[in-house]
Parts: sequence; C-alpha cells; structure tokens
Amino acid sequence: MTKAIPDIRIQAEDFDISAEISQLSEGRGDIGAVVTFSGLCRDESGTLAALELEHYPGMAEAEIKHFAEQAIERWDLCGLIAIHRYGKIKPGENIVLVIAASSHRQAAFDGANFLMDFLKTHAPFWKKEHLNDGSAGEWVAAKDADEDALSKWDNRES
Amino acid sequence: MKLIYFSWIRERIGTGEEEVSLPENVDTIASLFEWLKSRGEEFEAALEYPDVVRVALDQEHVDDRQTSLTGVKEIALFPPMTGG
Repeated sequence: MTKAIPDIRIQAEDFDISAEISQLSEGRGDIGAVVTFSGLCRDESGTLAALELEHYPGMAEAEIKHFAEQAIERWDLCGLIAIHRYGKIKPGENIVLVIAASSHRQAAFDGANFLMDFLKTHAPFWKKEHLNDGSAGEWVAAKDADEDALSKWDNRES
Repeated sequence: MKLIYFSWIRERIGTGEEEVSLPENVDTIASLFEWLKSRGEEFEAALEYPDVVRVALDQEHVDDRQTSLTGVKEIALFPPMTGG
C-alpha cells in the first residue's frame, strides 16, 4: 500500500472543518476513524482583542510536513491534514486544524495528538497579544508543559 | 548571507531581515552571536538571554552552538515557538 501524503497548508484564511473531513474521506472505504482537532483563539477572560500570528514561511510548512510524515509512518495513517493560520485572529476564531484518518480509532487519536505536540514546539509560529484596553500586548511565552508533552512519544512502539 | 529575525527578537533588532557579509572568524553560531552583539545595543538587547534564542540554518533547527556556518545561506534567530 502506498503511504498517505500529508496535506499541509499555512494560510491567512479560515478553514471549513466539515469540508476538510469530506475531502479526506470521500470515496474511500479504507478509513474507519477520523479524529479532528481544532485550536481556537481564547479571549483570556475578556482581556484579549486578538492574537497576531507570525510565521517563518517555508520552514513552517517543512517542519509540519516532517512530523506529519512521521505520524503517517508510525501509525500507518490513511490520511492527514494540517492547516495553520497566520495573521490577526480574534477570540472564537480558528487557529489550527489537524485531521487524522486511519482504519481504527487509536491510530487516528495518537497521530493527531503526536502532530499537535510537535507542531506546538517545533513549527516556527509566534503569537503576539493585542489587548482590549488598547495597550500593547506581550509575545506569548512558550510553556514548559508543551515541551514536557513530547516525552510521551519517546521509545514507545506504535 | 541572509539573517532573518522573528517575534521579539525582530522587534528588538528593529528589522526582519538583512544581508550581511560575516567576518572570516565568524564561523559558528556561538561566534555569530558574539559578532552580532558587537553591532550595537539593539543586538545586545535581542541576545540578552542567548540560551533562549533558537537558531535555524537554512530552515533547519540547530541546537549545537558550535555548528559550522560554512555553506549556510540563511540563518534565522527566534524565540521558542508558540504556535498551535
């Protein structure tokens, strides 16, 4: 069986989750499970007006593709989509989408989880806050917990 | 050689990218940091905490500060990533 090719997109526009799932599964009989993760912009208890996402064009796609290919290989996924937005994103709007498809559910759950963990720590994106009171926001700091989350993928057979 | 800066490192330096000719003795990431810091207080401010600064050589993450810059066309400096 030929390996699935990951569909990686870095874009300013929003995405349509239902349309993406359909595109992945339409006309196929081998997919038994589709796991979808979407990450949204929080309002941080009403203080946040928007997040501004900066990225490193070229490297952002390449890093996500690298880990997407690992996920496909490790869990024998039938398909994998990752879409990451950049630019100004308001609370309630989408930031990131990962859809993993597999024959059985555990591989799809694990593949999506793995890709999100590596995307957060390795894909070159940075978030800057814009606050509702008009003040200049801070750059969001990286969390140790995100780095720590990677260890669960060490030395584990899929 | 193209240098690219992102996030608060870009803001502190005051530019997103520049073309530079590195002096001959600037041949590793560590020596690049020292050279950049000698270029002015905006670079000193950007590299105030050098351990948190991440480096990509030709769009690949590189951890070892002694990595050679020979043949590299594009160097990016940025803080830890906060995507997702």
